[in-house]
Amino acid sequence: MTLFAFLLLFAGAIFAYTLNLRAAQSIRNGGGNLHSLTSFHGMYAFLLVLIPAFVFLLVWLSFQGTVINALVQRSLPADVTAGLESGPLQLIMAEIASIAGGRMFGTPDEWKLAAADRLVNLRVTSQWLMVAFLLAIIAGCIYVARKRVSATFRARQGAESIVHALMVFCSVVAVFVTIGIVASLVFETFRFFQMVPWYEFVFGTVWEPQIPIREDQIAAEGAFGLIPVFLGTLVITVIAMIIAIPVGLGSAIFLNEFASPRFRSIVKPVLEVLAGVPTVVYGFFAVLTIAPALRVFGETWGLPIAPNTALAAGIVMGFMLVPFISSFADDALSAVPRSLRDGALALGATRGETMMNVLFPAAIPGIVGGVLLAVSRAIGETMIVVMAAGLIAKMTINPLDSVTTVTVQIVTLLIGDTSFDSPKTLSAFALGMVLFLVTLVINIFAIRIVRKYREIYD
Amino acid sequence: MTDINTDQAKAERFDWDGAEYSARVNKRKRSELRLKAIGLTAIAAALGMLFLLLSSLISTGYHAFTQTHIKFDVTYDPEFINPDNLARSDYRGLIREVMRENFPEATDDDLRMLSGILSNAAQFKIRDRIVEDPSLLGQTISLNIPVSDPYDQLNKGLINRDTPEQFRRVNDAEIAAFDVLVSRDVVTKPFNWALFTNADSRFPELAGLKGAIVGSFYALLICFALSFPIGIGAAIYLEEFAPRNKVSDLIEVNINNLAAVPSVVFGLLALAVFIGWFGMPRSAPFVGGMTLALMTLPTIIIATRAALKAVPPSIREAALGVGASKQQVVFGHVLPLAMPGILTGTIIGLAQALGETAPLLLIGMNAFITAAPSTPFDSSTALPTQIFIWADSPERGFVSRTSAAILVLLGFLIFMNAIAIFLRNRFERKW
Amino acid sequence: MNMYDTERTEAALDVKNLKISATGVNVHYGQNHALKDVSVQIQDNTVTAFIGPSGCGKSTFLRCLNRMNDTIDICRVDGEILLDGRDIYDKGVDPVQLRARVGMVFQKPNPFPKSIYENVAYGPKIHGLTRSKSEMDQVVERSLRKAALWNEVKDRLQEPGTALSGGQQQRLCIARAIATSPEVLLMDEPCSALDPIATAQVEELIDELRSSFSVVIVTHSMQQAARVSQKTAFFHLGSLVEYGDTSTIFTNPTDPRTESYITGRIG
Repeated sequence: MTLFAFLLLFAGAIFAYTLNLRAAQSIRNGGGNLHSLTSFHGMYAFLLVLIPAFVFLLVWLSFQGTVINALVQRSLPADVTAGLESGPLQLIMAEIASIAGGRMFGTPDEWKLAAADRLVNLRVTSQWLMVAFLLAIIAGCIYVARKRVSATFRARQGAESIVHALMVFCSVVAVFVTIGIVASLVFETFRFFQMVPWYEFVFGTVWEPQIPIREDQIAAEGAFGLIPVFLGTLVITVIAMIIAIPVGLGSAIFLNEFASPRFRSIVKPVLEVLAGVPTVVYGFFAVLTIAPALRVFGETWGLPIAPNTALAAGIVMGFMLVPFISSFADDALSAVPRSLRDGALALGATRGETMMNVLFPAAIPGIVGGVLLAVSRAIGETMIVVMAAGLIAKMTINPLDSVTTVTVQIVTLLIGDTSFDSPKTLSAFALGMVLFLVTLVINIFAIRIVRKYREIYD
Repeated sequence: MTDINTDQAKAERFDWDGAEYSARVNKRKRSELRLKAIGLTAIAAALGMLFLLLSSLISTGYHAFTQTHIKFDVTYDPEFINPDNLARSDYRGLIREVMRENFPEATDDDLRMLSGILSNAAQFKIRDRIVEDPSLLGQTISLNIPVSDPYDQLNKGLINRDTPEQFRRVNDAEIAAFDVLVSRDVVTKPFNWALFTNADSRFPELAGLKGAIVGSFYALLICFALSFPIGIGAAIYLEEFAPRNKVSDLIEVNINNLAAVPSVVFGLLALAVFIGWFGMPRSAPFVGGMTLALMTLPTIIIATRAALKAVPPSIREAALGVGASKQQVVFGHVLPLAMPGILTGTIIGLAQALGETAPLLLIGMNAFITAAPSTPFDSSTALPTQIFIWADSPERGFVSRTSAAILVLLGFLIFMNAIAIFLRNRFERKW
Repeated sequence: MNMYDTERTEAALDVKNLKISATGVNVHYGQNHALKDVSVQIQDNTVTAFIGPSGCGKSTFLRCLNRMNDTIDICRVDGEILLDGRDIYDKGVDPVQLRARVGMVFQKPNPFPKSIYENVAYGPKIHGLTRSKSEMDQVVERSLRKAALWNEVKDRLQEPGTALSGGQQQRLCIARAIATSPEVLLMDEPCSALDPIATAQVEELIDELRSSFSVVIVTHSMQQAARVSQKTAFFHLGSLVEYGDTSTIFTNPTDPRTESYITGRIG
């Protein structure tokens, strides 16, 4: 049905195109002097039909499920839903949905069967309504477009201003994404700070987001101190950078100055593969290979290495960031003008001296920008740490120990069924806010540096 | 100038051939060699890590591409089968009977153990066969049935028979029983099609990637449908039409920053806005695709702008010169020339989106779902989240399946990147 | 005819004062034959100018003299170039050492992004030519004085070299090149990026440098060649057309191509 609706949409638009094209042609054939080419009349009608109908379809498809669910939920017997929280209610709705889909487990209650029937009916109705509305919109737009056709109508300007408006809309989408990120983070964080004071979050040194399940439970109060979590992020970031910076810079220096073109053309893309591997793969690799290897290493040397040591996640993350740093450094080194390199070589400097005394120092601003972007990546990296780092927040900087990170907490707090009314889930948004702000500051700074650097040598 | 005597300067000329100088040159050469060695070591370390990554995935993953099966003669004995309700007959009993036929001297306890050799899916497999063809009642057919995970591991040599019994997942009696079956030549190890034709399952021997692949496909489709037109529209506007002012500067800075926002933050956005405020369904590839589209958008915009920039201005001037409107020039001449570059960037962006995990976790695409989604609005997993689920599963059989799933994912990524590279090489134009 | 003339000029050279002697030099960039069988004798304490239209191979030949062409992967140099009688393309010769003895100044001023002092001190430092800080200070001062820059920068030696004006930057590069006390100074169109006043200063400087070095200058300005050089070589399409005393070349060229170039008909 949805596919049919889209076909209908395009058929309508094409119909509008030919209709207006013909109309314009007949005016011209009748001796009229058209302002715009006939095809622009067609194009104008095409766009005028396509866009509103398309927007309508998208909106309808996005929200029909929500509306239908709400309707079914409202029609449930009052004695069943009374006093139910969102969690159990969602379970009931899921069961009804699966009954409606023909998957039954045991013998469901009578009212569930009824609700499932209603759900199926509503879905069918919704589909028909959608097509009906769609047809109405298409017909209306065709009518409007057809009325416009006349010798003096500036169809080209009309069509072009529609296209122009579309393009402006597209560029603004990116801005809306940012606004959406900021709005959602700010809004949920604000709600979090209504439950937990902000100074506790910013200055607290204990992170135990488990809140009491029952009212009378006294065991865990729930503590939301950011510091140990962020410390964990820093520990892993530092480990990653200790790997990524020397390895990345070393390979960039070699590839830029010493490698033969053939070696470079093979090794560089292979290195880039490291950056293309999805992070979930690195996470599994850290758990599968690196962590056990470190444990064996620790046992032989008598080091107390935790099973999910920060080292495992940090090392793997470091190698993931190597191509990132090396390609930034390579670009920065290549951006240093050849004349500087010639100048040093002409003084009798070796290639090594040219690199270390002249090219590298000259490229440092660009390299620093790249390293900063890599740091921001490391801070925001999620899957490696979710799989390979720990869950318990500790005030430690011991890399052998297990630490948790901001991203790990965000994911673990929000995985599974969540409702947006406990400080536990809302704290994830506060953490997200911190993550967003920290990475934003680093990114802006890094992009500035890189851009400044490019300007120097351009 | 006057205070420097030319002859004196000549007299001071350095002894370039002296031993001291050549020693110094040698030292400098050595330090250059050291720098080279450091660089090579760094490259070797990075490549070594890549090699280690791939080899550990392949060495654990290739096992999952085969699955141990046992061929049994199954008799649809009316003693166990209720012809009126074929779907709910005693297939467990039937399996016991099959085992009793194969091991006539076995006790009841043994039979329970022997039934455990077969996968939990055995009863469904036997059931489905007769439900499909009720005339089989009372007849005997030969069926290839997957074995359960521990025996699969045993058959693949992943369980060391020398380990003490209490540390082993199969005890001596179980091994003996399995070896009897092996000696009867009924054990086979064909290609594991179930890995691609089944959806997820709690049992490793049944778990497959179909749901995840279909889910990822839907998500990528949505992602492409949204990000490609919007990205191109935005890029064309910013590159060709936007006036150079504060607003377009702001949009540009914003896009650059968006490209560097951590992916998990996009997950938070999707969770709060799409699911929390708009009430869209959890775990749906549709929502996943929308989230991925937001992340892919900056990549496509940046790639498209670069491709547009690479089209020389002379083309625009030539078209403008013959009286085409600015839009006609851009859509008729510049865009087609930039298309290969745009497509390359888009495919690379989509490949990134395919591997993206964290935002999908936050919108619940890590649910345990045993059927492939039939529309983008059904609950589903995606390939990377399926990897995450399996990596977290305690059963041993999931280790190799996780690696196998990763190999499948990497296969898709390599395929997409190969297309991108092909496009770039095939259509790349030097102006 | 032409050949005999060249031989006659060569015979007239003071053999004792011979600094560089190049015979049969050919340069290929990949498939491109950039320099064809060039033979030149360069004297000590003389300014030798290479002139010719752009792309004629004069800069390529200059870069052969300190083996800067080695740094280009696709470049191949054949032939014999002797510096004080020793083949600089001999396996035993280290380009690193050679370049300290044959300094070079480039078309565009290219000071390192370091302080003025460090720029000048860089060569002596890497080659270990000084033993103490005070000795280095002397070398820096002497080089800057020779480059006629000392008075302008003596109070701001720690400022970055890139902060100087274009003409000052070029003189800084000259100071940097002569700080290792080279025997030959190669200059690749050293004034093309400078304004007329700075050009005049650098030209004056070149004339003074002649007392200590053999200077080879590539220029596309014939007036400049006439002003600063004693010997001139005219290159055209990768070949050396004519070589001799500057006054002879400019007043009485033997080859019609040289005459055409000098009178402005080709180039």
